[in-house]
Amino acid sequence: MTTTKAILGLTAIAGVAFAGQAQAEELRLLTWGGYAPESVIEQFKAETGIDVKVTKSNNEDMISKLRATGGGGFDLAQPSQDRISAAQAEHRIYKAMDLSQIDGNQFIGSMLEATKGNTTYKGDVYGVPHVWGTSGLVLNTATASSVKDYTDLCNDAVAGKVSYRLKRPTLIGFAFSMGLDPFAAYDDKAKYQEIMGKVEEKLISCKPNVKTYWEGGDSLLNLVRSGEVVAAMAWDTGGWKLNNDNADVTFVAPKSGALGWIDTFVLPKKTKNEAGAYKWINFVMRPEIAAQITAAAGNFTASKGADQFAEDKLKAQFQASFPQADLDNIKWYPTVPPGLETIEGKVLDRVKAASSN
Amino acid sequence: MSSAEIAVSGTEQRSVIPTLKLGTFLLMLPLLLWLLLLIILPHVDLLIVSLREVLGYREYAFSLQNYAEFFTEPLYWNTFVRTAVMSILATIITLIVGFPVSYYIAKVMKGRKRNLLFIMCLIPFWVSELVRTFGWMILLRESGVLSSFIQWIGLVDGPVEFLYTDATLMVGLVYTSMLFMVVPLVSVLDTLDDSLIEAAYDLGGNTVSILREIVIPHAMPGIASGCIVVFMLTLGNYLTPTLLGGKDSLWFTEQIYNQFITRFNWESGSAFGFLLLFLSSAIVFVGLKLSRQTLADTVK
Amino acid sequence: MSNQLDLECRQLVKSFGKFTAVDNVSLEIPKGSFFSILGPSGCGKTTLLRMLAGFIEPTAGDIVIKGNSMLGVPPNKRPVNMVFQHLALFPMMNVAENIGYGLRRRKIPQPEIDKRVADVLERVSLPDAGSKNVDQLSGGQRQRVAIARSLILEPAVLLLDEPLGALDLKLREHMKVELKQLQHEVGTTFVYITHDQSEALVMSDNVAVMNEGRFEQVGSPQDLYYNPQTAFVAGFVGDSNRWSGKIESVDGDQAMVALDEGGVIAAVSGTNSSMGLGDQVELFVRPEAITIERSTSSQDGAHIEDGKNTLTGVVENLLFDGANSRAQVRDQKTGHQVTVSLPQTGAFSDLVSGENLRLSWSVDKARSYVSSAAAKQEKAA
Repeated sequence: MTTTKAILGLTAIAGVAFAGQAQAEELRLLTWGGYAPESVIEQFKAETGIDVKVTKSNNEDMISKLRATGGGGFDLAQPSQDRISAAQAEHRIYKAMDLSQIDGNQFIGSMLEATKGNTTYKGDVYGVPHVWGTSGLVLNTATASSVKDYTDLCNDAVAGKVSYRLKRPTLIGFAFSMGLDPFAAYDDKAKYQEIMGKVEEKLISCKPNVKTYWEGGDSLLNLVRSGEVVAAMAWDTGGWKLNNDNADVTFVAPKSGALGWIDTFVLPKKTKNEAGAYKWINFVMRPEIAAQITAAAGNFTASKGADQFAEDKLKAQFQASFPQADLDNIKWYPTVPPGLETIEGKVLDRVKAASSN
Repeated sequence: MSSAEIAVSGTEQRSVIPTLKLGTFLLMLPLLLWLLLLIILPHVDLLIVSLREVLGYREYAFSLQNYAEFFTEPLYWNTFVRTAVMSILATIITLIVGFPVSYYIAKVMKGRKRNLLFIMCLIPFWVSELVRTFGWMILLRESGVLSSFIQWIGLVDGPVEFLYTDATLMVGLVYTSMLFMVVPLVSVLDTLDDSLIEAAYDLGGNTVSILREIVIPHAMPGIASGCIVVFMLTLGNYLTPTLLGGKDSLWFTEQIYNQFITRFNWESGSAFGFLLLFLSSAIVFVGLKLSRQTLADTVK
Repeated sequence: MSNQLDLECRQLVKSFGKFTAVDNVSLEIPKGSFFSILGPSGCGKTTLLRMLAGFIEPTAGDIVIKGNSMLGVPPNKRPVNMVFQHLALFPMMNVAENIGYGLRRRKIPQPEIDKRVADVLERVSLPDAGSKNVDQLSGGQRQRVAIARSLILEPAVLLLDEPLGALDLKLREHMKVELKQLQHEVGTTFVYITHDQSEALVMSDNVAVMNEGRFEQVGSPQDLYYNPQTAFVAGFVGDSNRWSGKIESVDGDQAMVALDEGGVIAAVSGTNSSMGLGDQVELFVRPEAITIERSTSSQDGAHIEDGKNTLTGVVENLLFDGANSRAQVRDQKTGHQVTVSLPQTGAFSDLVSGENLRLSWSVDKARSYVSSAAAKQEKAA
């Protein structure tokens, strides 16, 4: 009971608190860690006089927060592009974008178009792209060179030194590396169920190999840094960060393809500073600002021309992890249709509950 | 109210009583508002949510399916039973560890040493549970302090992983709950007159019989309230089981959290919340019956 | 000899760090007597009692009960039981369970316990109280239950730690008599500690007056009252008027004492030892030893007249208390206040404050003691 009570209580308190503090120029940003570095916030304030209040979050948390307040409490949010139209259909938590307020020339054209397409609901566009990246394998190449794909995490060679999340990317990744195509089955629940059943079997049989299922990015980084884990499923930027400390550790695109994601800008339904939100979007998409964000988050942005401002080291790491063939092989998440998450949830619960011995 | 009525007579009564009622009402208003807005309304809302089934986008129907699912899906049942058993076990261990500590603080130590000891029990709780749990992780992980230490003294050859087992989980739960057992026990043992113990000793009692016949009966309300608090806290704990328990740890609150936050399934999350409320209340009720305590005693 | 003694202490010492709470105390208590230890708070009497009960181990010396040394014997193995200051009845048990506690610990069969509990309840006149809860009893009843709980174990010695302290005055007066009566009936040796001299004097066969960890004097109540051996006992037991002065001349067992504040009083030695010229002494005179008559003068300080000590003064306060009425008289010359008893005949019932009184008392009613400061110096030398 405590948790549900806490959730409701907190959201109620948060709602009350936020409702009361809508001061003149303030932008309440619901985003991921690293997407709004302090230096960028200061520059923005100097230029526009707007204070940016950052709340760090993740996809599920963003949707839950906005759902609890009916789309209030924040002026701008940054969920991934595949989690927008379904959430809008179910919970009505977003507000359509006025694209005329956005300087489309600052974006990489193909990425902007793709995101617009994916975040369209009933003819309205809800999202524009910001940061993109992939998830794949973070490996200690000295000790886990045998791991080429997600399923290789179940090899005896790395027994007890493997970690991944119990979240949907893991299910999707394993499905691809088992030669299945979950994205193709998105609209066929029975088919999807079947695929997930196979993934479930694989993950249960793989469980003895797992040291622990990681929850937060930092805890995974610690596990790999200390050598307790030598192969993990994680984001590319985590691998590159570790690579700075230990040349043996890096991000590797799996054989079946890295999973590509794009985090967007969306307007919560009850946004109180829409104009400020557009100003922020146009500001951070400037190439030199976008490069600062890339430096902080470790991921590239949809800003056109920001590459030339990015650090060489990061570019080198990116090129090492993504030869052209792997870059072409990235599987971009399509929009998640309703109902799939229930199927995935059950699978994940059963994997967690299964005995590892 | 009744004493006021006796004290006030005749015509005065008419004028005094209504103001008293209004005054009482105003005094209780914050409590009533708190109860209504932060406890009752959210629960009513949760109840409504838990009793509906999602048919499609924004289409709902009344249904008991969310509750039925708990009883038909062994996964959820097992998770609950595991959580309850572990919580009861953690409560018992906390009591066994906490009782001598409390007795020592309340009865053996005096003056400044006693306050110092009490504060030492409190200090870990000045930092957040998250930090405390991370502390345990630093100590117990494979590359952690304990593992390095026993390698250094030559007890083992390679690193040992202490994390991610039920035993570690238990240690974490007991540690987290300790204060909530020690505080009620110290305060109830404080009220135990030393001369009762001396009298029992003087009349031929020994340590065991005094503990059984004098100290424990006296401390029973404190034991019961400490156990209830620890049990409920443990049952509702989220961080410790998730962080220390590892890949096999299943905790019911984790399940509720998952339903709410990662599955967006508020319906079954709410139903699980209510089931947790009722089942844990039932366990507390049985516990009170078995120890012949009443809830009223424990909050004295 | 030793088998007639229930309790014997030999050179008992208890120190807490540098502080000596009980300093070389020896005592012998014959079987069946009521023995009190009387002293102001902090005099070490509680420490002594707790050593007898076994809650504190002595630093040195020995405790012998019925011929056996008690050193190293824990409280639950000693043939003594204690009635605590606040009685320490077990609130979680009813009266019968409280009283039966000790017997249960001795593994006596329950029917036997029930019978003996009923007997002892009868003896303390609470025959139907067995099933009552402790908090349903009155103060006096609880007192009796606490005593019954100890007596049922038939201890060689019953220790009582100011058990009457919490009772109101009327009940306390009543319980004094009842306790003495009870002790007489059961014949158990009672060791009773108190700071209330009336309790000690009324109930006891023998009283030890304790001060600063030592016994000042051990004796019958009459002995202590009429024949105090030290200045402390003279001052502590009963009321006394007090002067200090220096011995001017000695004549046989009498001495002339020049008071520090002026005037002269003739006195006898309070102790058996003789008085030395020039000794600093303290003088004690009991209020009832002083005879009063009305006087015209109020200006005469303490002097000798017709072989009696004489003093005139002005009545300052009248303290009417029935048969125990007193007057406080101020010596105009020195400002010294003297308390005198008014005769019970009512002869002075019309006395008012402001009147002049002439006080006189015979020489043997003025007892002198070498003052403690001087005594200590002497001892050190």
